[in-house]
Amino acid sequence: MNGRRLICILTTVLLAGGALAACGDDDDDATTDTSGASGDGCASGNTVSDGVLTIATDSPAFPPWFVDDDPTNGEGFESAVAYAVAGELGFGAEQVEWTIVPFNNAFAPGEKDFDFDINQVSISEEREQAIDFSDGYYDVNQAIVGFADSAAAGATSVADLQDLRLGAQVGTTSLDFITDVIEPSTEPFVYNDNSAAKAALDAGQVDGIVLDLPTAFFVSAVEIEGTAVIGQFPSTGDSPEQFGLVFEEGNPLRDCVNEALTALRDSGELEAIEQEWLSDVVDAPVIDIG
Amino acid sequence: MTQTVEDAPPELTPRQRYARRQRRRSIVVAAASTLVVATLLVAVVVRAPGWEEVKASFFDGDRFRESFAEIAPAFKLNVRVFLIAEACILVFALLLAVARSSRAPALFPVRVLATVYVDLFRGVPVLLVLFLLGFGVPALRLEGVTNDPVFWATVALILSYSAYVSEVYRAGIDSVHESQRSAARAVGLTSTQSLRFVVLPQAVRRVIPPLLNDFIALQKETALVGVLGPIEAARRAQIYSSRTFNFTSYVAAALIFLAITIPLTRLTDWLLARQRRRTMAGGPA
Amino acid sequence: MTALTVEGVTKAFGTKTVLAGIDLRVADHEVVCLIGASGSGKSTLLRCIDLLEPIDEGQILLGDEDISAPGVDEDVVRRRLGIVFQGFNLFPHLSVLQNVTLGPRKALRVPRADAEARAHDLLARFGLGDKAGEHPDKLSGGQQQRVAIVRSLAMKPEVLLLDEITSALDPELIGEVLDVIRELRSAGMTMVLATHEMGFAREIADQVHFLDQGRIIESAPPAELFSTPKQERTRQFLQRILDARRL
Repeated sequence: MNGRRLICILTTVLLAGGALAACGDDDDDATTDTSGASGDGCASGNTVSDGVLTIATDSPAFPPWFVDDDPTNGEGFESAVAYAVAGELGFGAEQVEWTIVPFNNAFAPGEKDFDFDINQVSISEEREQAIDFSDGYYDVNQAIVGFADSAAAGATSVADLQDLRLGAQVGTTSLDFITDVIEPSTEPFVYNDNSAAKAALDAGQVDGIVLDLPTAFFVSAVEIEGTAVIGQFPSTGDSPEQFGLVFEEGNPLRDCVNEALTALRDSGELEAIEQEWLSDVVDAPVIDIG
Repeated sequence: MTQTVEDAPPELTPRQRYARRQRRRSIVVAAASTLVVATLLVAVVVRAPGWEEVKASFFDGDRFRESFAEIAPAFKLNVRVFLIAEACILVFALLLAVARSSRAPALFPVRVLATVYVDLFRGVPVLLVLFLLGFGVPALRLEGVTNDPVFWATVALILSYSAYVSEVYRAGIDSVHESQRSAARAVGLTSTQSLRFVVLPQAVRRVIPPLLNDFIALQKETALVGVLGPIEAARRAQIYSSRTFNFTSYVAAALIFLAITIPLTRLTDWLLARQRRRTMAGGPA
Repeated sequence: MTALTVEGVTKAFGTKTVLAGIDLRVADHEVVCLIGASGSGKSTLLRCIDLLEPIDEGQILLGDEDISAPGVDEDVVRRRLGIVFQGFNLFPHLSVLQNVTLGPRKALRVPRADAEARAHDLLARFGLGDKAGEHPDKLSGGQQQRVAIVRSLAMKPEVLLLDEITSALDPELIGEVLDVIRELRSAGMTMVLATHEMGFAREIADQVHFLDQGRIIESAPPAELFSTPKQERTRQFLQRILDARRL
C-alpha cells in the first residue's frame, strides 16, 4: 500500500544520506595527504578527530601566552609551544584546530573534547586525580601585581602583605599560594576569572592580585596603568611549579606529547621559544616567604 | 447520683466511630505506602550502576563535614545581604508601584520614570547590573563613593529585584476593588489618604505570598555576590571543590540554602491558606 | 433653607446618556426618595452629587455653594455629604470602630479619643454597641449596612445620600436598616434615598421623584404619586411593581 511504500523510500533515503555523510570528510579537502595527516605513528588514532589535533585554551587568550586573542597565529609563548609540539607529532599548522575551554573546566574530571589543553595550568597532585599532565614545559613563579603607589608597594616579605586585601582567580595555584603561604589576616577576594580580578584591582577593591609572573608583567606593563609587579615569589617545595599540558585521564596521547617535549627540549627549540616571548619578563624583586 | 453532663466523656455514635476508624485506617495506609515507595526508591538508586562513584563524588560523609565547617561561616555573608536587600526592596518597590499607580496629571513624569525603570531592570540580567555597578562604578574613582563589592552587589540586587516586586505590589493595588477607593473618597479622605489607609493595607496583605516568593528567590541570588570577589557560601563550596575535585561541598552548600528557604516556603503556604477570608468581607453578604 | 439643589445636570458615559437633564431641590430636613427602574440614573445621580463622577452640564449647589464649579476642593465637599452604597463597601481590614473613626480622624483631624467616643455613641444608638471590635466579615449584611450608615454619620454630613441600601440584603434584614432611616428622619437628617422599597418610600418621604431614562418624569408627595400618578410612564412603572407585589 501507499503507506508502506512511503516508509521504504524514506528509509532508503535516510540510509543513503547517512552513508554519504559517513564517507565524506567535512574538513578542508585541500590537504588530504594521508602520509603525515594523522601524525606519525604515536599520535595516529589517538586524537579526538582523525587527522586533526584539537587544542584547547581559554578566551580571552592573553599575552605573553597568546597574541591578539588568536591562538592560530602561532604568536605568544603557548601558541608557539603548541604548534611546536604539533609539528613534532606530525601535524602541520593546517591540521591544528583550536577550541575554547574555560580555565577551570580544563582540569575538571570527565571526558574531554580536546586532545590537550594549554592554558598556564600548573601541575599539581590534586589536579592529577582528575586529569593527566604532560611533563612541565615552563617553570613558573607566582607574582603579585598592585598599584605602584598602593599599600602593597615596596613589600619585601610575605609579612608586608598579610594585612592587605589580596585577590586571585578561583581554583588556581595563585589562590592556594595566598591561602597557604601568605596567610593574610583578611580573607582574599576570589574571582571567576582573571578579567574580574583585574577589574577589581582597577577599582581599588583589592591591594594586589596574585598571578603567574609573565601574566603579572603583562598586566602591569600593558593592561592597567599605574600598576607594577610588586614582586615575585620563589617556588616553595623541592621542585619548581611548572605548567603542564592537560589531557583527559588515561589518554595515550600524553606519552606521545612527552616524547615531543623531550625532543623540543633537547633540540633547544623550547628554550628558544621561551627566549623569544618571555625573556623580558623575569626581572622583578623577589619577595621573601620565610 | 446526679452525674452532670461534663463528667462523662461523650459517647460516640456508631457513625462517629466508623468515621474515626476510617481516618485511622487512611493514616496507616498513607504511612505504609510512603514507606514502601521510599524503600523501593532507595533500593533502586543504591543498586544503580555508578552509585558508588556518585556517592563518593556527591555524598561523601567526611568531605561533607569538612566543607560544611568552611561553608557555614561564609553563609553569614549571604544572610547579611539578603536581610538588608529585602528590607530595601520592600520599600523601594512599594514606592515604584505607588508611582506607577498614581493618577494625578502633575505626577505624569514620575509615572513615566517608574515605568522606564521597571522595564529596564526587569530586562537586564542581574549579572550585568552587578558588573556595571560592582566594577564599573568603583573604577570611576568618584569622591566619597565606596568601592566595597558587598555594597554594590547589594545595590545591584536591590535595583533589579525592586523592579519585579513593584509589579507584584501593582497587581495587589489593582486587585483592590474600585468601590473601596470610592468609599474612602466618599468619607472625605484625600486621594493620598485613601491610598495609604484603605487601598495599600488591603493590597499589601493580598500579595504577601508572592512577596514571600520573591524573597525566597532573592536568598538564592545572594550567591551572585561572589562574582565580585567576597567569599560567600557558593564560592566557598567552589573553592573546596576545585581543591579536592569532589562535589560534596556543593551539596553541603545547597542544604544550607534549603535550610532557610524551605521553612519560608511552608510559611508562605500557611499564610495563603489563612488570608482568604478577610478579603471577601466588606461587600454584600 | 435649601440643602441641595440640582439644576440641569446631564451626564453621559461615552455615547450613552445616563442623565438627560435633572432638576431637583431638597430642603433642610427633607427626605426625598428617587424611584425608577434599574438604569434610570438614580445611582449615577447620587454619585454625581457626591462628586464621585464629574457632570457634563448643569450645576449642583450644596446650600449656597456651587460644588460642581471647576476648581472646587472635592475632598472638602465630600466631607459635608454622606453616601451609603448598596454594597456597604466597609473596609475589610479594619474593625467596625476603625471603619467609623477613619474619616473623622484622618480627614477632619479629630483626636482619636473624641472620634472613638462619638463612634461608640453612634454605634450604640443603632444597636451595634457590642460590635465595635469586630471585623466586617463577622457581621450580617444588615449589621454591615448599619455600620456603613454610622460611618457616614460620623462625619456629621449636611445631607445623607443613600443608594438602594437594602437591595443587597436578605428580606429579614431589611427591617433593621429601615429602622435606622426612620430614626434619622425623626432626628431631622436631610436625606436623598434611591430605593426599590415603595412601601417605605411612601412612609417616610416628603417628596418622591420618579426617574426614567435619565429624566425626572414626575415629582409629588408620596400619597399623591403612588395613588394618583399623573404620567403614563409612572403609572406603568407602579403597575409593574404592584404586579410583582412589591407594594
